[in-house]
Amino acid sequence: MIRFENVSVRYDDAAPSAIRGVDLTVPEGELVLLVGPSGVGKSTLLGTVCGLVPHFTGGTLSGRVTVDGRDTRTHKPRELADLVGTVGQDPLAHFVTDTVEDELAYGMESLGLAPDVMRRRVEETLDLLGLAELRDRPIATLSGGQQQRVAIGSVLTPHPKVLVLDEPTSALDPAAAEEVLAVLQRLVHDLGTTVLLAEHRLERVVQYADQVILLPGPGETPRMGAPADIMADSPVRPPVVALGRLAGWTPLPLSVRDARRRATALRERLAEAPTPTPTSVPAAGLLPARSPEPGGQEPGSGRAGAMLARLLRRRTEPSRAEPPRAAGATAAAPAGGATAPVATVTGLGVRRDRVEALRRVDLRVSPGETVALMGRNGAGKSTLLAALVGMIEPTSGAVTVGGRTPHRTRPRDMVREVGLVPQEPRDLLYADTVAAECAAADRDAGAEPGACRALVAGLLPGIQDGTHPRDLSEGQRLALALAVVLTGRPPLLLLDEPTRGLDYAAKARLVAVLRGLAAQGHAIVLATHDVELAAELAHRVVILADGEVVADGPTAEVVVSSPAFAPQVAKILAPQHWLTVTQVREALDGTPA
Amino acid sequence: MTSMTLRAPRASRSNALHAGAWWLWALGLAAAASRTTNPLLLGMLVGVAGYVVAARGTDAPWARSYGAFVKLGLLVIGIRLVFSTFFGSSIPGTHTLVHLPEVPLPDWAQGVRIGGRVTAEQLVFAAYDGAKLATLLICVGAANALANPARLLKSLPGALYEAGVAVVVAMTFAPNMVADVVRLRTARRLRGRPTGGVGAVLQIGLPVLEGALERSVAVAASMDARGYGRTAPVPPAVRHTTTALTLGGLLGVCAGLYGLLTAGGASYGLPVLAGGLLAALAGLRLGGRRGVRTRYRPDEWGVRAWLVAGSGVAVAALMMWAAAYDPAALHPGVVPLVAPGLPLWPAASVLIGLLPAFVAPVPDVAPVPHVSPVMKATAK
Repeated sequence: MIRFENVSVRYDDAAPSAIRGVDLTVPEGELVLLVGPSGVGKSTLLGTVCGLVPHFTGGTLSGRVTVDGRDTRTHKPRELADLVGTVGQDPLAHFVTDTVEDELAYGMESLGLAPDVMRRRVEETLDLLGLAELRDRPIATLSGGQQQRVAIGSVLTPHPKVLVLDEPTSALDPAAAEEVLAVLQRLVHDLGTTVLLAEHRLERVVQYADQVILLPGPGETPRMGAPADIMADSPVRPPVVALGRLAGWTPLPLSVRDARRRATALRERLAEAPTPTPTSVPAAGLLPARSPEPGGQEPGSGRAGAMLARLLRRRTEPSRAEPPRAAGATAAAPAGGATAPVATVTGLGVRRDRVEALRRVDLRVSPGETVALMGRNGAGKSTLLAALVGMIEPTSGAVTVGGRTPHRTRPRDMVREVGLVPQEPRDLLYADTVAAECAAADRDAGAEPGACRALVAGLLPGIQDGTHPRDLSEGQRLALALAVVLTGRPPLLLLDEPTRGLDYAAKARLVAVLRGLAAQGHAIVLATHDVELAAELAHRVVILADGEVVADGPTAEVVVSSPAFAPQVAKILAPQHWLTVTQVREALDGTPA
Repeated sequence: MTSMTLRAPRASRSNALHAGAWWLWALGLAAAASRTTNPLLLGMLVGVAGYVVAARGTDAPWARSYGAFVKLGLLVIGIRLVFSTFFGSSIPGTHTLVHLPEVPLPDWAQGVRIGGRVTAEQLVFAAYDGAKLATLLICVGAANALANPARLLKSLPGALYEAGVAVVVAMTFAPNMVADVVRLRTARRLRGRPTGGVGAVLQIGLPVLEGALERSVAVAASMDARGYGRTAPVPPAVRHTTTALTLGGLLGVCAGLYGLLTAGGASYGLPVLAGGLLAALAGLRLGGRRGVRTRYRPDEWGVRAWLVAGSGVAVAALMMWAAAYDPAALHPGVVPLVAPGLPLWPAASVLIGLLPAFVAPVPDVAPVPHVSPVMKATAK
């Protein structure tokens, strides 16, 4: 259906090719998954299918891409619109009209289909995607998952033979992601649509793929094959595959169900091992993956940890001074209630218009503790974080951070108590260069000059002073924003959805950095949809639903029994309390085979 | 049974009232408002518009502008009063309220006055005048709240389709830019900087513009990939005829206008102008053949649309008739100062404008808007 013949794309004559030597055929009616670290040209490859690369983006394409016999060199994107449907990562950037029904009809109107055909297809698509209830709703009032479904629906109505999706589930909570994936499954099975999709969160999609295309590194030749074969030596892989590789299962399991069937022996072996604790693991990162960034240093946890320990040595206040615990200490300290909490939230209620965003929320965060806030989109996670930094005034109840009331404290003083890295780290960055950004951060926080730059060097080794923040990769930008926030040395660090758009390697570095910070006594609260991240990092998980706390307890207890929030390893090895591949590896090292 | 069938149905896409009907109704009320300065009649017009919005408005994002228009109207009255107070007025009056110190101005500025005597008459006059303008604004706001502006643009003729799309895209951009500003101001707070001041505006302005630019590129890509601007093959003869008609027509329009404006050219000016217009319109129509677009479920103009539009037109027509018949009642005197009376027949005719509140389909229960927490944070 899609043929790539020796395709290379180069955006700038001086720069190296974004993709090189792609020679593949995507057969009709298959769901093909495109995987690889960030920055290897996944989006470029997807763009060549719908003709946006190079017609819209510029650049030079050599070789040939044909879709159902149509050559993208001679056909502009608009002339492929009846054949290829394209949905990007941000559905809001996709919408042209303002209500659901108009949006579904827009593509067909452009193609000039007859009114009765349009009406019939809109009705069919509303049913197919479960959007019938929402047909008259303004798009701006929909949730993230609903918007993503509308975006898919809007390209489905012209009945394209090929559907191209760039990270369709990255911004969604686990349940909404399931919704979207179920729709894709249905399209492939019932309508025979060919689907080509790129996704970082492999744990969500790999079991649905018929074939996988792996882009191993920038400019390297891609490989295509059955998912199990490609996963066997892919640099990016979901936990279920990592566990399978650890246990030596062949063929590799791709779904939790496959793995569970084979896991009986492993469960028996692990039954003898001591119960794991979240911090009993040296901060080695999720997986030993290759670094995609040019220059490719992967700050080993030890090095990053030591560096950060030096940089972040707590200032004078003795009450907060916590001896840096060596990595590998148990989680006993934060769990104990002896230390004074960094932040307390009691009976917090937040109301906006008639919507109660939060109701009677209680939360205590102790130094050195990492808390994951989970729950579906709109459950109140971001609102709780906003209340902790003082951006929102509580309607009822109280918030205390470091002895202060956040919304009554001046921003200048607040940055030394609490730091928040927002969902879009770029919002925090204003300057043209990394050096200027750091200097500004020092001034803002009243730190001695060079404090922020030193932090950047610890988090992002090898970054040049003159680099523009815009030119950094997602992971690097997150690290820079983190350094800016940490310049004020806040005892409480908040992160809103930090792993959005990060590949496994960048995520592993983030995990190492955050573990280091927690070990020095920083309290960390992260709002996340990423169950694997929560399993890796959090001592405690707090689940919010409709603005209320519905679960609050140690990660293993909360997460193992939950169908939505359990990480893959927990699902495979339940009822045992194993959460990550690293825990299992260590336990196996300790027990005789 | 009859009472059941006479009740307005629940609104859905298929019985949606034509956006043009709402605009005609609102413009009718506005035209009526422009014919009177009687505060009681103006108040009734505002009341009628407000009641219909309350009864038939939705909770959609574009509908929330009504409140903004009301505030704008009040602001207009305020500004009008302030100007009248400080810059005087040509209205003679005897009821002096206060004597402001007058700024002495040189001779060449004769006729301009700053400060001086403030009379009750001039303030009342200014208030009446401001109220008229405010009512016009509120009528437009009501139309905005009741009819989705995007739907109105969809009723444009095919040749103007591109212009319509540009406006729709621009309209969806404005709220996104506001959201960006709010988000970036929040981010400034996170860095411990004040959120006000010139520095903040400059530092936030650039990223907001960048964001808007990026978003427009993304929307353009999406539209391109979804077939925007596809053209149908057109035989060369038709293409050439289109060009000839459009160009010739525009030339004719120019020549005709020139003729109308020069002395003695009126004899040939009018026919040439008319001919040019016809040719240009024919060119546009032929040009429409290149587009392959079709329209999905255009709003239908049914009985209810006639009633709604008709009620607005009736209010305007009756008010105009009243203005010719009894101008004094519609323009209460300010010199001497008298309390305005309520003229019975014009007041009754304004009430006709309430008809849409009974015949237009009833909107469904409002959906709960999905507001991001950051927006909520600064929406105070």
